[in-house]
Amino acid sequence: MQTYFYALADFITTQTKGSETTLVYLSAEESNFVRFNKNAVRQAGSVKQLVVTLSLIANQRRAESRISLSGERENDEAHVKAILETLRRDLGDLPEDPYLLFNQTPQSSEHIGASHLPNDAEMLDQVINQGKGKDLVGLFASGVIYKGFANSLGQRNWHCVDNFNFEWCLYHAADKAVKNGYAGIHWNATEFAQKMAASGTQLDILKRPAKALVPGQYRAYLAPAAVNEIVELLSWGSFGVKSQRNKQSPLMRLEDGSMALHTSVSLKENSHDGVAPSFQADGFLKAAEVQLVVAGKQAGALISPRSAREFNIDNNGANSSEVPESLDMAAGNLSADAILETLGTGLLIGNLHYLNYSDRMACRMTGMTRFATFWVENGEIQAPLNVMRFDDSAYRLLGDNLLGLTKERDLILDPASYSERSTGSARLPGALVRDFALTL
Amino acid sequence: MTASFESTFKRLIPAVDFCSLRFVEESTEQLAVRQNVAEPPQSCIDRGVMITVIDKGGYGYAATSDMSESGLRAAIARAHEWARLTAGRSVADYSTFAMPKPSGQYRTPVLQPTPLSKREKIELLNAESASCKIDDRIVDWSASFWTTHTKQLYVTADGAMVDQEFDFLVPSLAVTAFADGHAQTRSFGGQYNGFCQQGGTEVISRSGFCGSGKRTAEEALALLAAPNCPSGKMDVILMPDQMMLQIHESIGHPLELDRILGDERNFAGTSFVTLDMFGSYQYGSPLLNVTFDPTLAHQFASFAFDDDGAEAKKAFIIEHGILKRTLGGTISQARARAQGAMVEGVSTARSCSWNRAPIDRMSNLNIEPGTSSLEDMIGSIENGVLMRTNVSWSIDDSRNKFQFGCELGQVIENGKLAHIVKNPNYRGISATFWRSLAMVGNTSTQEIMGTPFCGKGEPSQVIRVGHASPACKFSNIDVFGAED
Repeated sequence: MQTYFYALADFITTQTKGSETTLVYLSAEESNFVRFNKNAVRQAGSVKQLVVTLSLIANQRRAESRISLSGERENDEAHVKAILETLRRDLGDLPEDPYLLFNQTPQSSEHIGASHLPNDAEMLDQVINQGKGKDLVGLFASGVIYKGFANSLGQRNWHCVDNFNFEWCLYHAADKAVKNGYAGIHWNATEFAQKMAASGTQLDILKRPAKALVPGQYRAYLAPAAVNEIVELLSWGSFGVKSQRNKQSPLMRLEDGSMALHTSVSLKENSHDGVAPSFQADGFLKAAEVQLVVAGKQAGALISPRSAREFNIDNNGANSSEVPESLDMAAGNLSADAILETLGTGLLIGNLHYLNYSDRMACRMTGMTRFATFWVENGEIQAPLNVMRFDDSAYRLLGDNLLGLTKERDLILDPASYSERSTGSARLPGALVRDFALTL
Repeated sequence: MTASFESTFKRLIPAVDFCSLRFVEESTEQLAVRQNVAEPPQSCIDRGVMITVIDKGGYGYAATSDMSESGLRAAIARAHEWARLTAGRSVADYSTFAMPKPSGQYRTPVLQPTPLSKREKIELLNAESASCKIDDRIVDWSASFWTTHTKQLYVTADGAMVDQEFDFLVPSLAVTAFADGHAQTRSFGGQYNGFCQQGGTEVISRSGFCGSGKRTAEEALALLAAPNCPSGKMDVILMPDQMMLQIHESIGHPLELDRILGDERNFAGTSFVTLDMFGSYQYGSPLLNVTFDPTLAHQFASFAFDDDGAEAKKAFIIEHGILKRTLGGTISQARARAQGAMVEGVSTARSCSWNRAPIDRMSNLNIEPGTSSLEDMIGSIENGVLMRTNVSWSIDDSRNKFQFGCELGQVIENGKLAHIVKNPNYRGISATFWRSLAMVGNTSTQEIMGTPFCGKGEPSQVIRVGHASPACKFSNIDVFGAED
């Protein structure tokens, strides 16, 4: 694929005329998806797709087109040539773009990840054998993801990862389930079996009679997966400079200094340790780290090239959406092994679900508890909990009411596959909070 | 080109129980003007095919953007291999299901077939953008058009052939006002594009886009100065741009048959609805009539055949408050029947594109108009709030406990509309909420809306859905505002 892409890029360069510059960003994958329900296969299939985004820049104007290609050079070159002609015509209809910025100092890079994945038959055997007698539902996704960038100035960037991401639930009944996941680049049958066994142990507790809570405020431990849901919602408009400058960030009061988070809260975009490519679609390399929140206070923002031009600041290689792709939340000093004891009496929350803002100015968010969530008394799990709605401000949850974060952190690979498999990830601790507000 | 790969496919069909090819080509153009500056236009031509094979009880698919003979050959082999690997390990014996054998075509009715040029569209967007900046407190504003032309071809080994072409247009506009540390954003039809419809340029005029900039900016400023929504139990009137979300989340998703069968439990969730409820369950008050209607001209998710080839027909999902049928396509219906549940479904197995397999979606799911005028509904309320335009939504994984927020509220006092309030929210439980439906607006209150962004499925899919609804009144709802 790399050879094909670089040859296509060379061809595009030959088609670039006069003062024009061309940029091309490739997003391709050869993926397998196996969907399970009741420990049987619902849908199994493969997707092979190759998409390039071709940008033509001239006279302070830019037009771009995203096209599916076949991987067969002769056909694809004819297709690309026709698209370039269309883009040339489009440029004539456009006014000058005052915010146009693309990398003009070539910075080439290459990352090719090694892997060891099971073949399809082995994977099916292992999942169905481990799920025997259980109500297993989930998605196994695997395969190779390619990202590439090239421009007519000679820059070439390549990123290739071959990985798997299996997310599953074991259901007891109705909405009572344990969720777990196994993701990485080296499949290990023993490790997978251990994770399934751990899920089974929690499932036994879920079989106890459920406890129904009344709305109120509770001491609670949020596992890393639950913290991830909160941070994912915050990432939706809070950490990009465009939403901050245009007064649309839910963390506006953190930015203006009128509110703060707990001093133990530090967040950064950690591209260096993430699994996303180190380059973006305008050809800039991402900063290895961008501090977003340090010791509870606003520290920086993700700045795309376009925003950099608009606000007359330096860009840090953020994508146009200015949403974190490799978010890193600093660890605390609580021991995850002793978390039940530290929690004492309260809620052990495995996951949260369907978060949204109920009051953006106050960064107040609402959502549901989901999956393995338990009532704990004196450090002992007593019963599973029926799902409850919470409605609370991030300034309380991750501010005055935050009692501590765990030393241990989980690396969560984003399982999303909207149009293509995600390369996003987050590294997060668990969080112990007081007065977690349940409302329904 | 389609004729070429269609004939190639027919030559390559293996000896299996069922084999289909679904081709999708989608050409899109996105134009946006933000703060009177045109953003770089983005166009897209996305095309590919999905091969589906059912054999000896197994089911497999393979999707590829390589439509050469070697590409199709490889995809057919891959789909066949998956069918072989999953035979005897699938949720059902797929070979026992009778897949539709359709023949027909569909074209979006386009009233103004001559499209505006790119330059003309940018001029329209510029004009609306310029009309937004009516005050120094307006700090951000943008307007956009998103147009899509989609060609679909569905062919099966046993001779089915469906040819469908769609035109979609999504106008949008949003304005943010800010003063004294406080911001309010107001949008035209919601920040998730409620005025999306099928059609040509006429969608722009039908939606009322021209002139929306100044009006939206004025409302953003009004919200900035408005008090918070009051809290307490009260009557509410939900306008169509909130009703569409209410229908979507607390009727549409819980009635999707694949959720009820458990497919979505690892991701989107399950449902509080069970198979035994169909035919008898009182879902809402007797005023509640909900239809699945893929035949409504111009609605966003209208079509003639779904992606498994089932013919589209209007059907009552809920009639006089009683739950009648599922939102389940051919395969889900067959799976439910194989489990002994004699439920009925509709033609709604759909995929977002060539690279995702069909699953149960809600397509066009509408509330049928009633008999009340908006004035009658307002006049019947002593103390309440009228809410417009969804801005926040959250619901549990069984689609029961929900909390929704709107952009704009207006207090109703003694049968009359009073002042505007900001941050109106309400919460409830689906299983009881619809029984509090007290009045249903007549056709004068109806809007035909939708959204391009319904997410579901593993692997994930975002698909177009339509929701037409009149304004509706609900009694004794838990309403609340913001913190300050």
